[in-house]
Amino acid sequence: MEQFFEYIGKMLSLMGEGIGNSLLIFAMTLLFSLPLGLFVSFGRMSKYKIVSMLVKFYISVMRGTPLMLQIIVIYFCPYYLFGVSVAEDARFPIILAFVLNYAAYFAEIYRGGIESISKGQYEAAGVLGLSKPRTFMRIVLPQVIKRILPSVTNEIITLVKDTSLAQILLTEEMFSLAKIIAAKETSIAPLLVAGLFYYIFNLLIAFVMGRVEKKLNYYQ
Amino acid sequence: MNLLEVAHLQKSFDDTVVLRDISFHVEQGSVVSIIGPSGSGKSTLLRCMTMLEAADSGSIQYGDMQMYVPLANGGCTYADRQTLKAIKQQFGLVFQNFNLFPHMNVMSNLIEAPVHVLGIKKAEAIEYARTLLAKVGLSDKETAYPCELSGGQQQRVAIARALAMKPNILFFYEPTSALDPELTGEILKVIRSLAEEDMTMVIVTHEMAFAHDVSDKVIFMDGGVIVEQGDPRDVMDHPKNERTKAFLSRITEN
Ligand SMILES: Nc1ncnc2c1ncn2[C@@H]1O[C@H](COP(=O)(O)OP(=O)(O)OP(=O)(O)O)[C@@H](O)[C@H]1O
Ligand SMILES: [Mg+2]
Repeated sequence: MEQFFEYIGKMLSLMGEGIGNSLLIFAMTLLFSLPLGLFVSFGRMSKYKIVSMLVKFYISVMRGTPLMLQIIVIYFCPYYLFGVSVAEDARFPIILAFVLNYAAYFAEIYRGGIESISKGQYEAAGVLGLSKPRTFMRIVLPQVIKRILPSVTNEIITLVKDTSLAQILLTEEMFSLAKIIAAKETSIAPLLVAGLFYYIFNLLIAFVMGRVEKKLNYYQ
Repeated sequence: MNLLEVAHLQKSFDDTVVLRDISFHVEQGSVVSIIGPSGSGKSTLLRCMTMLEAADSGSIQYGDMQMYVPLANGGCTYADRQTLKAIKQQFGLVFQNFNLFPHMNVMSNLIEAPVHVLGIKKAEAIEYARTLLAKVGLSDKETAYPCELSGGQQQRVAIARALAMKPNILFFYEPTSALDPELTGEILKVIRSLAEEDMTMVIVTHEMAFAHDVSDKVIFMDGGVIVEQGDPRDVMDHPKNERTKAFLSRITEN
């Protein structure tokens, strides 16, 4: 048993920088894609046909092609489009790709939530004289957040696992390092340690989100 | 004095004319009930008066404020924002399905608009909300959430929420239709007590006996026109028009 923990400790220290980068990608993606998704969903629901069509197309590409491919395209984009060399630090284009991809998913979740709020809520707020922004922020959004929380939790859990896709461009990423160590040791144990890390991290997320859901259970 | 005057109101949805040449007025302190068969345009009329729907032509006047400005082609369009805002503060609306804000407790439902639209101080708004809750018999429900209340209680909160904005006219949009029969009584009681305080009210309802009792004026609509209007003892007890007679006898049969 002691040996087991010692081994895990050793692995984690070997993967240290990788774990840091994986967490960075995770945190940055959430930080930017959650709010960006809201604006994308506004675009998707825009009364201007041209805007909603363009956004719809963007969402379908993001959801319809592999994220790994999107990472590569965004990484090489500056070179092919403008002839400038690719970014020195691959983390930036990787995070950008993640943000654009997840914003699309979150946008569709937001849209579902926003469209599920009854017309009566808008009418009641309107008759009371609440402004449109205030109606959205105070009446609609809180109810939307409660309704979409389970789907958002799902997306976040997927994101944790998706961070492993960064290995395509980034060696200092947890899964990349696990693979390298595994090759060196000719054992899959380092990969299992990485897997354990993803699993525990996701347990934590499920726990936290469960608590948030419970907190919002005071109505309905 | 007339708080509300509707004149020559017309409204169509696509090709179907729903309101044709609707004219009537609401005097201060009076209760006006709008009755009529399904599809006669009662809801549409109420939605026009509360700006949830825009009429095609005609006029709606609150006090000396016009909701619409006439267009050269004979139609009409909404007046400027300032006027609309002022008009909005003239009336309150109680919905069929209450439409309380489910994530806010009763007190927050009541003070949200007074504080953020009228700019009333929070403490003051709370105090007034408490008197309103006492009036509708829900003083003990201040911190309850709508989902913890019965339909009748929710509707009474909705009435208090509308009153919290101190409207000159209160509209009721089939206020008892979504309720179990045994709960309609408590709502009708509240409306009655408001009538006794000379609250001006316009009620779209299917409760004929109640309309007869409480109204100063009954408007009978059919096919998008006002067929008859006047004192309920005339319109309901001695209808002149065949359509009114047919509708009322159909209702009393059931
Ligand atoms: N948004 C809409 N789009 C198209 N037609 C509509 C719309 N709203 C109402 N109508 C039509 O207008 C007519 C009048 O409807 P309205 O709801 O005003 O009648 P009502 O008198 O309130 O009936 P009820 O007693 O059943 O509530 C109906 O024929 C209805 O189908
Ligand atoms: Mg109706």
